[in-house]
Amino acid sequence: MNQVDYGASMLISNYVLPNDIHVHWSMMIVLYPYITGLVDGAFIIAALYYLFDIKSLKPVARFSLLFALAFLCCATLPLLLHLGRAERNLNMLITPNPASAMAGFGYIYAVSMGVLISIVLFVYRPDLVKSGKRSSGLMRMLYRALTFDSDDLSEKALAIDRKIIRFLVGLGIPVAAVLHGYVGFIFGGVKANPTWSTPLMPVIFLFSACVSGISAIVLAYIVIQKIGRLPVDTACITTCIKTLTGFFILAFSFEMLEVFSHSYLKSGYHHMVEGLLNGPLASSFWLWQVKICSVTPLILLGCMAFITFKDSLYTAIAGTVSSILLLQVFIMRWNVVIGGQLMSKSARGYTEFHPEWLGREGILSVVLIMVIPFIILFVLGKIFPFWAEK
Amino acid sequence: MKIVDFPPDMDRREFVKKVLNGVITGSLFLLFPMGSEGINLQEGLWPGELTEEIPGIRGRKYDIHNQQFAFIVDITRCIGCGACCVADKREYQVPDGFYRTWVERYIKDFDDQIYVDSPNGGLDGYQKPRDDISVEARDTFFVPKLCNMCKEPPCTQVCPVGATFITPDGFVLVDSERCVGCAYCIQACPYSVRFLNPVTRTVEKCTWCYHRIRRGLLPACVEVCPTGARKFGSLNDENCEVYKILKGPGVLTVLKQSMGTLPALYYMGQRLEVV
Repeated sequence: MNQVDYGASMLISNYVLPNDIHVHWSMMIVLYPYITGLVDGAFIIAALYYLFDIKSLKPVARFSLLFALAFLCCATLPLLLHLGRAERNLNMLITPNPASAMAGFGYIYAVSMGVLISIVLFVYRPDLVKSGKRSSGLMRMLYRALTFDSDDLSEKALAIDRKIIRFLVGLGIPVAAVLHGYVGFIFGGVKANPTWSTPLMPVIFLFSACVSGISAIVLAYIVIQKIGRLPVDTACITTCIKTLTGFFILAFSFEMLEVFSHSYLKSGYHHMVEGLLNGPLASSFWLWQVKICSVTPLILLGCMAFITFKDSLYTAIAGTVSSILLLQVFIMRWNVVIGGQLMSKSARGYTEFHPEWLGREGILSVVLIMVIPFIILFVLGKIFPFWAEK
Repeated sequence: MKIVDFPPDMDRREFVKKVLNGVITGSLFLLFPMGSEGINLQEGLWPGELTEEIPGIRGRKYDIHNQQFAFIVDITRCIGCGACCVADKREYQVPDGFYRTWVERYIKDFDDQIYVDSPNGGLDGYQKPRDDISVEARDTFFVPKLCNMCKEPPCTQVCPVGATFITPDGFVLVDSERCVGCAYCIQACPYSVRFLNPVTRTVEKCTWCYHRIRRGLLPACVEVCPTGARKFGSLNDENCEVYKILKGPGVLTVLKQSMGTLPALYYMGQRLEVV
């Protein structure tokens, strides 16, 4: 009996272990890495401007910071909705198990939040000082608190601010990388699951995070400018798209490398992975994630790199590519998180997952959680202007 | 060779009488409670009439650092009656659709294809042949599954709050008062013995009946197994069957050895097809 037949014969009875019928990590755990990914990618754009002095990104630099902050505020929501005993969530901080990959989340999240808030406050200090002087009462108090009660806008003070910002952003890059690479490791560290258990997982998560975050910034910038009937800065979009192209080539290459490795190495239970990708995930992986949402944007990104388009057309294609890539990363998260759990540890069969509409981890909850960051962003925009004054 | 007539010396009336007597006697067991129900475990007491099943536990201080136990499943003895699953469900009021232990049925046909199932975790016993496949069975066997009590458990490693832990005497347990219900341990367990209890919303698993063992009683599933397919014992007791098997020359295997989890659950007569 050859290897292929052996795998097929293992799956002949589609036997799922009795406790494997339930998919315990459902849509909230799809959403959690998706949100942290958006944060990471948006932060990369800000870092390119504030640390690496890529001037063309100036129009979206401040917005990227706020975008990252708004989504970071909501990163814990899916986790809290997922926990069986959410009221005990602080146990992870108070009595963490140092051996657990998951126990580090609270600390990494707290550091990320601290660094990001600090960057935002220093970047916006001149604006906040000016707004504080124009306001009174409670708002004045708020502005004083946000500016650390310093209204010194002298060139010397601003130079110090710039140094602090560069330091914080420099610190923020590894923190952001750890935040999301770590999320990948939570999956990569599960040796019982053959699709998750790969050292490539943190790398794949990190690059796809950059893809989703940069796509989100490009799309949000174009949409907001179009709604406000304001001109879109093509130079800025071009830089974003070039960065996006680089990260997406890396992300897609590693995603395919993982599949190729399983197929070529024929490691333990590879028949389960092959059966999964060609069976329950045939549509969501090969059709949607690979063909529609990866190959298509790769072709479009290639065209954008080698063909000169009119600005308006370039912007339209940029918006389209970004939308597809946002979907690609979401589907990729879905295929990893949900798909990985469809394989029973019996190595003989697959379970099914049917998302519910209502309920704590239902589709409605997903929609609500994805709306909340935009509400936060809107509120933040009232205090921290998105765009730099001309 | 002469074939002996059966039954040799029994007329039909006598045979029916004997069968009826057997049925009546057997049904009396249904009226009287099983051994495990006689114990008031909540109060930490054991009635005097319950004999000690694991020698060396009662009447002395339990030295948790110097105790070691093992569980052996003899596949060749399992008849798939499901009594172990029933005892377990009654012992812990396990919610329907979730299983601390279960029994799998393997059917092998003449083309060496393996068909596995475990309807309702084997709780109802395998009383009928499979009617969803139409193959000629060359061989069939049953495989009880339960917690492997790994010495290198991935579940305790990943628990973010230390709610699941390994005791000094080798038991992997869950503190439901601490569990946050993140289900990471469920993902990490290679044997899928864990589940999220829909009532308590915390993780639950087989404990080898640790509460009974500490009182010198066998795990509920071992106690009710009619064929001795499930065996449990202390490795400090040289006279116990488990000790003798483990130290003897017989072949024992563990599940998913390549995972490096070092289970304390061993299988006798293990088949190549079992994962």
